Amino acid sequence: MTTAPAQAGWRFRQPSVIPGFGLTLGFSLAYLTLIILIPLSGLLWRSAALGWPEFWAIATDRRTINALEISFGTAFIAAAVNVVFGTLVAWVLVRYRFPGRRIVDAMVDLPFALPTAVAGIALTTLYAPNGWIGKLLMPLGIKVAYTPLGIVIALIFIGLPFVVRTVQPIMEEIDKEVEEAAATLGANRFQIITRILFPGLAPAIVTGFALAFARGVGEYGSVIFIAGNLPYKSEIAPLLIVIRLEEYNYPAATAIAAIMLALSFVMLLVVNLVQTWSRKRYG
Amino acid sequence: MADPEIKSYEPYHESQSAAVTESRPARVALMTIAFAFLGIFLLLPLIIVFNEALAKGVGAYTQSLSDPDARSAIRLTLLVAAISVPLNIVFGISAAWAIAKFEFKGKAFLTTLIDLPFSVSPVISGLVYVLLFGAQGLLGGWLKAHGIAILFAVPGIVLATVFVTFPFVARELIPLMQEQGNGDEEAALSLGANGWQTFWYVTLPNVKWGLLYGVLLCNARAMGEFGAVSVVSGHIRGLTNTMPLHVEILYNEYNAVGAFAVASLLAGLALVTLVLKTLLEMRYGAEIAATRGH
Repeated sequence: MTTAPAQAGWRFRQPSVIPGFGLTLGFSLAYLTLIILIPLSGLLWRSAALGWPEFWAIATDRRTINALEISFGTAFIAAAVNVVFGTLVAWVLVRYRFPGRRIVDAMVDLPFALPTAVAGIALTTLYAPNGWIGKLLMPLGIKVAYTPLGIVIALIFIGLPFVVRTVQPIMEEIDKEVEEAAATLGANRFQIITRILFPGLAPAIVTGFALAFARGVGEYGSVIFIAGNLPYKSEIAPLLIVIRLEEYNYPAATAIAAIMLALSFVMLLVVNLVQTWSRKRYG
Repeated sequence: MADPEIKSYEPYHESQSAAVTESRPARVALMTIAFAFLGIFLLLPLIIVFNEALAKGVGAYTQSLSDPDARSAIRLTLLVAAISVPLNIVFGISAAWAIAKFEFKGKAFLTTLIDLPFSVSPVISGLVYVLLFGAQGLLGGWLKAHGIAILFAVPGIVLATVFVTFPFVARELIPLMQEQGNGDEEAALSLGANGWQTFWYVTLPNVKWGLLYGVLLCNARAMGEFGAVSVVSGHIRGLTNTMPLHVEILYNEYNAVGAFAVASLLAGLALVTLVLKTLLEMRYGAEIAATRGH
């Protein structure tokens, strides 16, 4: 901005010759308030209106706790798997040249574009005991579909592009000269990767993990088909909300939703702190 | 015949490259693992959709798609996308104009709020409208008294879809317009253009590819949304069933061909979206550059 606001004291916005500020900001705020803020505060208001004893009873219900544990646990495992393979995929896409690289690169976004219900029935068919992959795993005694392992598989599918697309641009920016300099100073490949490359990528990897994890916790469409949905065993929290709603048990649905929102918020806060720390440490 | 002199340098080159990239066997191993992973997790699900849809021949496939309930699900999905995507385009442009063209207090906070729907579970996105408009909801009694149906009807499905696709256009346009700055607009204004002319003839052409990119992603999600729509729709066949919901119903009735036939249309939509997206990135990479990397 060309103007100097210093002498003007506090002002809501800095002057500009461009018109339309009031109109666009007003419309945006009105739309945001109507579509997002009022409905979300309705949820918070309803859960606050429950009163502490009732809220606590719902929150400490065995079924609620198990559903939350399953949702957060499977999302954590899937995000961790995606960190390993997503970083590997990003590395192959950025560093290696091979025919069809563009197609592979485009394919990574498939989970963003494919409706979750389609992913859900496709994965279930693949991993069912008589499915293409399920048939191979059966003799090994591994059951995927209709178990928590199936939830992890669905969440790996859903979360993969979050890790790849967060890490990839940072990898592209890495200056090869830094690696060459390290090599001339006698570092071997392993040292270069762990000491030079990894620290630069760490914040992006943490961000990718957080995005995949957050998406996984709330995921519904792809999971409910493959999970089997056994209460206490393979029932995810979003499904429990739907079940409570179908029972017209609005207080329970509201309370579980509020707990999920609060836990996700805390997670994002922790991740933000880790990111700030890793930027300071490695940045 | 190798030149002996060059050959004598080779060990030196080898050690150079070995430090800057992996050895050949390591490269092959890493690529094999990456391709195997992508093949199992991305390619196989895609293949099985079409495989199952055509499992009983083309006749059964086309018959499933001409079923009246499937037809009405397709129509409803198109209708919902045709309402909710333009709404979010208008919002996205408006929000990007306010945020990218002006400096004001609370801008960062506003940007965070716009991204909020991405961190909310789709089920919760639907739930908030049930709490608002449902029979036990805050406005439920009033709506019932006036005979207005929002929940278990098209307006509810549109609202839930708008909620989950809310950030797509805005978050493509904001970084792009911030990067382009205000120079072009200021020049147009100083030459006598009014605000609308500046927008139509200067800003819009500058951001059109970025806008299209955002609309593409917004549309894919709008047509494919499941969780949020599932909560508010009531699953009334032929009336409030969108394509993803219809897939679920058919699948739960063990009508695999029917479910995968409708699913194959959605998978086709996903593939078209990916192809267009890749073409946009290849052709106009620089013009939508600010939007890449997320």
